[in-house]
Amino acid sequence: MDFLTIIQIGDSTIRLATPLLLACLAGLFSERSGIIDIGLEGKMLISAFFSAAVAALTGSVWLGLLAGVAAAVIFSLIHGLASITFRGDQLISGVALNFLASGMSVLIAQDIFAQGGRTPSLSGDARFASLDLPFAEALSGVPILGPIYSDMLSGHTILVYVALLAVPATWYVLFRTRFGLRLRAVGENPGAVDTAGVSVKRLRYGAVLICGLLSGLGGAYLSTGLAAGFTQEMTAGRGYIALAALIFAKWRPWQALGACLLFGFLQAVSNRFNSIDLILFEIPNAFVLALPYILTVVILAGFVGRAVPPRAGGTPYVKER
Amino acid sequence: MAAHDDTGRPDTAAPAIELKGISKAFGPVQANKDISIRVMPGTIHGIIGENGAGKSTLMSILYGFYKADAGEIWVHGARREIPDSQAAIAAGIGMVFQHFKLVENFTVLENVVLGAEEGARLTPSLSKARKLLKQLSEEYELHVDPDALIQDLGVGMQQRVEILKALYRQADILILDEPTGVLTPAEADHLFRILEGLKREGKTIILITHKLREIMEITDTVSVMRLGEMTATVKTPETSPEQLAELMVGRKVLLRVDKAPARPGETVLQVDNLKVTDSKGVERLRGVSLNVRKGEILGIAGVAGNGQSELLEVLGGMREGRGSVQLNGQELDLSGTKSDARTRRRRGIAHVPEDRQREGLIMDFQAWENVGFGYHDDPAYCRGMFMDNAALRKDTERKIEKFDVRPANADLAAKSFSGGNQQKLVIARELERNPDLLLVGQPTRGVDIGAIEFIHQQIVALRDEGKAVLLVSVELDEIMALSDRIAVMFDGSIMGERLPSETSERELGLLMAGISDTSREHSIKEVEENLAHSGGKVMT
Repeated sequence: MDFLTIIQIGDSTIRLATPLLLACLAGLFSERSGIIDIGLEGKMLISAFFSAAVAALTGSVWLGLLAGVAAAVIFSLIHGLASITFRGDQLISGVALNFLASGMSVLIAQDIFAQGGRTPSLSGDARFASLDLPFAEALSGVPILGPIYSDMLSGHTILVYVALLAVPATWYVLFRTRFGLRLRAVGENPGAVDTAGVSVKRLRYGAVLICGLLSGLGGAYLSTGLAAGFTQEMTAGRGYIALAALIFAKWRPWQALGACLLFGFLQAVSNRFNSIDLILFEIPNAFVLALPYILTVVILAGFVGRAVPPRAGGTPYVKER
Repeated sequence: MAAHDDTGRPDTAAPAIELKGISKAFGPVQANKDISIRVMPGTIHGIIGENGAGKSTLMSILYGFYKADAGEIWVHGARREIPDSQAAIAAGIGMVFQHFKLVENFTVLENVVLGAEEGARLTPSLSKARKLLKQLSEEYELHVDPDALIQDLGVGMQQRVEILKALYRQADILILDEPTGVLTPAEADHLFRILEGLKREGKTIILITHKLREIMEITDTVSVMRLGEMTATVKTPETSPEQLAELMVGRKVLLRVDKAPARPGETVLQVDNLKVTDSKGVERLRGVSLNVRKGEILGIAGVAGNGQSELLEVLGGMREGRGSVQLNGQELDLSGTKSDARTRRRRGIAHVPEDRQREGLIMDFQAWENVGFGYHDDPAYCRGMFMDNAALRKDTERKIEKFDVRPANADLAAKSFSGGNQQKLVIARELERNPDLLLVGQPTRGVDIGAIEFIHQQIVALRDEGKAVLLVSVELDEIMALSDRIAVMFDGSIMGERLPSETSERELGLLMAGISDTSREHSIKEVEENLAHSGGKVMT
């Protein structure tokens, strides 16, 4: 494997990790507050559709992004309404939203564009352009570090950098702010938050909104950054892989970055090679794609340290003495 | 004691808390009926009553947890609306709940600051709180390491964190709900010293409890609640435990258990070097040896979480162990392969488990179904391979009558009975089997005084029939009252055996804290360090 291949795989790792990372951080906020969100997949999908559709109709990717995020936030609010206000089952609500997104996106796409459930291909201002980091051109000649900077790190769309910056931001919010303290507390013991005179509902709605925002960005990136337009089921299980990454990361932001890069890397490798030849035997790329799930099962089984989820996760809060 | 302090105050001083005509109903159940109460500032005011009398509901209304259907709350002479905890805190009211409201994987400091942060950034709040916490803990003997995680602290320490939380929010009225339930006697004494200190500083304290002794020991005034109503408010020095018990129950109650001296016979249960390791690999029993003879009650005292539950579970066949257990001279298989709860029952072990709601009953099932559990293969309940529900129901009705379960309705779901009556159902099921050995855990937890008296009588009656009884309880009063011999458990071992007539609560309390040399004076600190080490936890 030559150096250029490594750089290219690194470049595609970053691109493929971005939607995972955004969804994973979205899930982190939601689950840290005690709301389990199996609906990340659906939120990304609905956002992917609306951003592509609006971008195609208006020619502006920014309006598309806005529409996509708005759609994901609305989905989040429905999930919040079901699980916070009406204390419903969070898994059922999440699964229902996934179905809704899957059906609704194709239905509306067919109705508007009549292209078999897709949006038209996006080009120009309807897509996110790549950004060159400062001095990318100048530094490209430097050996080793030069290509890493200018070919691997530079030249991505703005959402990639937003996703990367969201990691330290999430860490800071979670561990250095009042909101973060309360958020972590409400996912562990909502009773403690309630008796301390803080509204459990408001906190959880806040977390769910942030979740909608981030997963919306992830979905928009899929259809307007990574690809050029919406296709049916284009999230392809990324919401679930993001959940796996969240468990892998034990609900912590920096580890989430690591997990998403790892999973992104596995995807990049399997995209590039049909199979990996290890001299003695071949690894089919389907196995590489399955690795995130296998790793997650390993983690859940407790082989690599215990992954302890937020204690109040999944249980609606009911006041009791 | 300082019971006469309040006589110096002018009567015209506004009460710290005045409730006027508070009513609250949960569905058809009237939890509070037209309750009025005045709590004077700078006093310790006890509220006593049976479980379900409405004490906790009343205090939850005061703390904004529930909203009253009717009535007014006055704080320091001004009418206040308290729709949520925020408003209660703003009115200077702090509450220490029975089940602590702490975030287990947070530090003490983070728990104290939660909800009372200074600004959006955390660091300044934490450093300010650290200073204030140090000051508060020195002022009130409330020493806690601010950087310790809650999950690493013993219950006594966790309770201090709760008190510090209230003080940090500048509460001048402190409500404590059953604060001593999980404490050793030494820890309870220390808590009372803290409360006395708070009172000297002018704080007002409301103490909710069902323990008459605590009321007599520390309060200035006491209000009695019964069936949702406030039946009396009296000055503590002018009343007696007997009078309070009568006010609580509505009839005369025997506070002491009447029992003849035991006439122990041959050994029924012989336990030698019993060890248990839990699923996390922690050794919960470290070589326990004991024996119980016919016609005697062996009481196991100890702070919750020191291996008593595991002991009952191994003997009852719910958990595996290593070592030797003999029943009537015959070895029991402890590996769980040849012997389980069912075979234990057949061999004459009856088990009243510690947690009746989790292990003793299925709450959504009807009384008659619950009475059949564990004995559903009894030929009397069966017709061939089918169950004879009519026979089971009839037997249940008989048991309900004999054990005075109220309401006397075999078709009611277990959850519809009060705690005491649920317990009576379990006791009826187990005692009527004529067992050789009765294992009974926390027989009167969450049970009202009237039912306690009845349950105690039943256990003593079984003993008098010549049966062996192994009693586990965290209530030292109960152990002292019922046992013919007392073994104290600490950290998975038996610290020692004592005869009730030859020991004192103080001596047992030290044994419970893991101090075997009970002859010399011990500091509170020593006791606490020992307990923190053992990791005694709140049982819920």
